[in-house]
Amino acid sequence: MSVILRTRITLVWALLVGATLFSFETQTLGGAAVARTVILVIAFAKVLMVGREFMELRHAPPLLLWLFQGWAALTCLALLILFNL
Amino acid sequence: MATRVSDMTSQSTGIPGRTSRGHIPGEEGIWVFIGGDLLAFAVFFITYAVARRQELAVFETSQRLLDRDLGLLNTLILLTSSLCVAQAVAAVRRSDPRARLFLFGGIALGASFVVVKAFEYSAKIAHGFTLNTNSFSIYYYMFTGIHLVHVLIGLGVLCFTASRFDRAGRMPGGVALIEGSGAFWHLIDLLWIVLFALLYLL
Repeated sequence: MSVILRTRITLVWALLVGATLFSFETQTLGGAAVARTVILVIAFAKVLMVGREFMELRHAPPLLLWLFQGWAALTCLALLILFNL
Repeated sequence: MATRVSDMTSQSTGIPGRTSRGHIPGEEGIWVFIGGDLLAFAVFFITYAVARRQELAVFETSQRLLDRDLGLLNTLILLTSSLCVAQAVAAVRRSDPRARLFLFGGIALGASFVVVKAFEYSAKIAHGFTLNTNSFSIYYYMFTGIHLVHVLIGLGVLCFTASRFDRAGRMPGGVALIEGSGAFWHLIDLLWIVLFALLYLL
């Protein structure tokens, strides 16, 4: 099973790299507001992936997992509002 | 002989000590520290966003002076370093001697982050972009500097963890140690992901 775990975290890393490269080029997409939203959403999607997969919070007690996910969601929401309104 | 709960490995997941209530990686205390750090950085991020709204022209002009390619490089370095550390944690659980190699790889990549950041700082300072240049530069040096201190502490923690390997490259009874130090290292990666977006991309 550890082989599957190893494969999974390698896949997660590949997704994180892909998302990083995509957001790096996002400034060429649509208008400025669209680009800002996409960059922030991708950044916090990556945060969730690192927390859930690398930090293994998906196996953690639900309270710890949801505190982390709540932090990410609220921080992302606050930044989306501050950058776009 | 008593066996640590965290050193018992679930056959179904490879995650030590996993129960229906979940498994906390590392010692519980590290999660108090991680939680405090996440709250502090959330305040930093929001403070920056508010300041940026107030001086939008200054921030946008100054952000164009940053080297986005170096920011991207450091992001890829930290992501890959995190992968190495996560592989090291998995390898320690299965008593795989390659764990040491993975951990040293993570440490080497972490050190290269510091080298790139030092190069970036020196280039910026040489061009007159210093702490006192404007509001943006204060936030840039303060946030990346605090993050860099985290990286240096994280490297120290990873080096201490690496010193716990035995001659065969295994870490008997060290699962909680490498899980905790790994969680802290991933926190550093996670915070940089947001800093990279805020300072370099937005």
